[in-house]
Amino acid sequence: MAVAGVRHLEHNLLVYRRTWRGTAFSTLISPVLFLSAMGLGLGSLIPGGVARFDGVSYLAFLAPGLLAAQAMQTAAVESSWPLLAGFKWLKTFQGAIATPQSPRDIALGHLYWQVVRLGIVTGIFLLVALVFGAVTLPLALVAWPASILTGLAFGMPLAAWTATQQTESSFPVIFRFVITPLFLFSGTFFPIEQLPAVIQPVAWLTPLFHGVALTRALALGHGLDPVVLGIHTAFLMGLVVVGAAVALVTFRRRLIV
Amino acid sequence: MRPMPPGDTAPLIRARRLTKRFGQLTAVDAIDFDVAPGEAFGFLGPNGAGKTSTMRMIGAVSPRTDGELTVLGMDPDAHGPRIRSRLGVVPQEDTLDMELTVFENLLIYGRYFDVSYRETRRRADELLDFVQLNEKRDELVERLSGGMKRRLTIARSLINEPDLALLDEPTTGLDPQARHLVWERLYRLKQRGTTLALTTHYMDEAEQLCDRLVVMDKAKIVAEGSPRSLIERYSTREVLELRFPVGVQETLDDQLEGLGDRVEQLPDRVLVYTSDGEAAAVAAHERGLRPETVLVRRSSLEDVFLRLTGRTLVE
Repeated sequence: MAVAGVRHLEHNLLVYRRTWRGTAFSTLISPVLFLSAMGLGLGSLIPGGVARFDGVSYLAFLAPGLLAAQAMQTAAVESSWPLLAGFKWLKTFQGAIATPQSPRDIALGHLYWQVVRLGIVTGIFLLVALVFGAVTLPLALVAWPASILTGLAFGMPLAAWTATQQTESSFPVIFRFVITPLFLFSGTFFPIEQLPAVIQPVAWLTPLFHGVALTRALALGHGLDPVVLGIHTAFLMGLVVVGAAVALVTFRRRLIV
Repeated sequence: MRPMPPGDTAPLIRARRLTKRFGQLTAVDAIDFDVAPGEAFGFLGPNGAGKTSTMRMIGAVSPRTDGELTVLGMDPDAHGPRIRSRLGVVPQEDTLDMELTVFENLLIYGRYFDVSYRETRRRADELLDFVQLNEKRDELVERLSGGMKRRLTIARSLINEPDLALLDEPTTGLDPQARHLVWERLYRLKQRGTTLALTTHYMDEAEQLCDRLVVMDKAKIVAEGSPRSLIERYSTREVLELRFPVGVQETLDDQLEGLGDRVEQLPDRVLVYTSDGEAAAVAAHERGLRPETVLVRRSSLEDVFLRLTGRTLVE
């Protein structure tokens, strides 16, 4: 027997080989647009510049934040509509469990697939950021896994949720009221110290804040307090592990009736 | 497709008081049956009779609520993956990946069974020949007709060279031509020694394909036997069908009485069960009955079902 979940990863790769062109353009063009419009354009208008953003340019401050946020959005998309298609619209998961495969293989395979997909999206983002001079190569390589981890911290809990859904109606709500506010207020575009003092502790509880803080510290190479980085990493890892554990249960309940 | 050793008659599937409940609903109610190696075994019944629930329990994807079940000599609760590795499953809905081509659907399914890419490719091309889809090999599945998708699902179910094929309504929704092609392929499969278990609500399908079948109604088995023996036991040799103008049939109770061994009044026609349909037609005429159409036919499983349940199968 192959390692659990590997066949489901193969299935996703087979589909991706056929569909990657559909997302390639936006994967490449979205960081170019954001880094030039916000990083270069808006950044040039910010008075005080370097001194306000941990001693780096706004572009260098912004890039790792956007990277983590893009990982979140990619994982959220992968763990909503395509998963419900497998459970409900195409029923390919029902097809898979008629073989020696089990719901566990599908849940774990989805985790592996997200690592691959997030690796591609964040890798391309970092290449663009390198071209913009927003990061340096060695630090980009350190920040890369941190951004993938950020994506997984959203992807696995959402996957566990999707397995309980009969319709897609909750997905737009999640994007509008969870993903977008997090994108705007988790330190992606400005330090959370700019938020009112009462809201700052709330930001500490949101996963994207930890993902952005971890990815940014590694990408900039300063503010590397091991305790703080340890807390960020543990918070994100905790979400991945809990999300995966719950997904094993909800995938099973959905498929074995 | 592995030939069965001669003299091996231990059943491939054995069920005793097999039961499936979903909350308050009892979908399968304490049914007993055996399926022998090499036979084509049918579950015949209307929608909601419990056929699909039974198939899913056999397929080791749905745990039983109660009773005993062994498939290929193993308990599905304990050995699900080992059992499934030797099954070929054609589910009621095709579950194909619409984003992949015909060939890729077979390829990934072979991988699910841990068959190497090289061997899966070889088998996939062979199976596409078998179901006559080689011209569609590199077509996206979403562009196939319903009949082609069904044939692809059958090809897919054979990628692991199964000992036992489970077919849940293999031809429902297909046009007559596509149905006959599927039947012909299933018949060939049986000739090669693959054991078939299938569900259907088509009488002709059951008569064509099944060596033996059970009739299911409301979660229970109401009769068991070969198609011929069921017809002999529960029906007469011939049936006389009479259709009357609208409103006339309701007034004829007395005149229909005793016309054959048994008379069934359906909303749109009268069925007279008799060993000699022609004689019954003459007798009806002599009684002054003037139906719009008169048809004498051989008895079918439809009549068996009507007799057993008081209802027609496909309404």
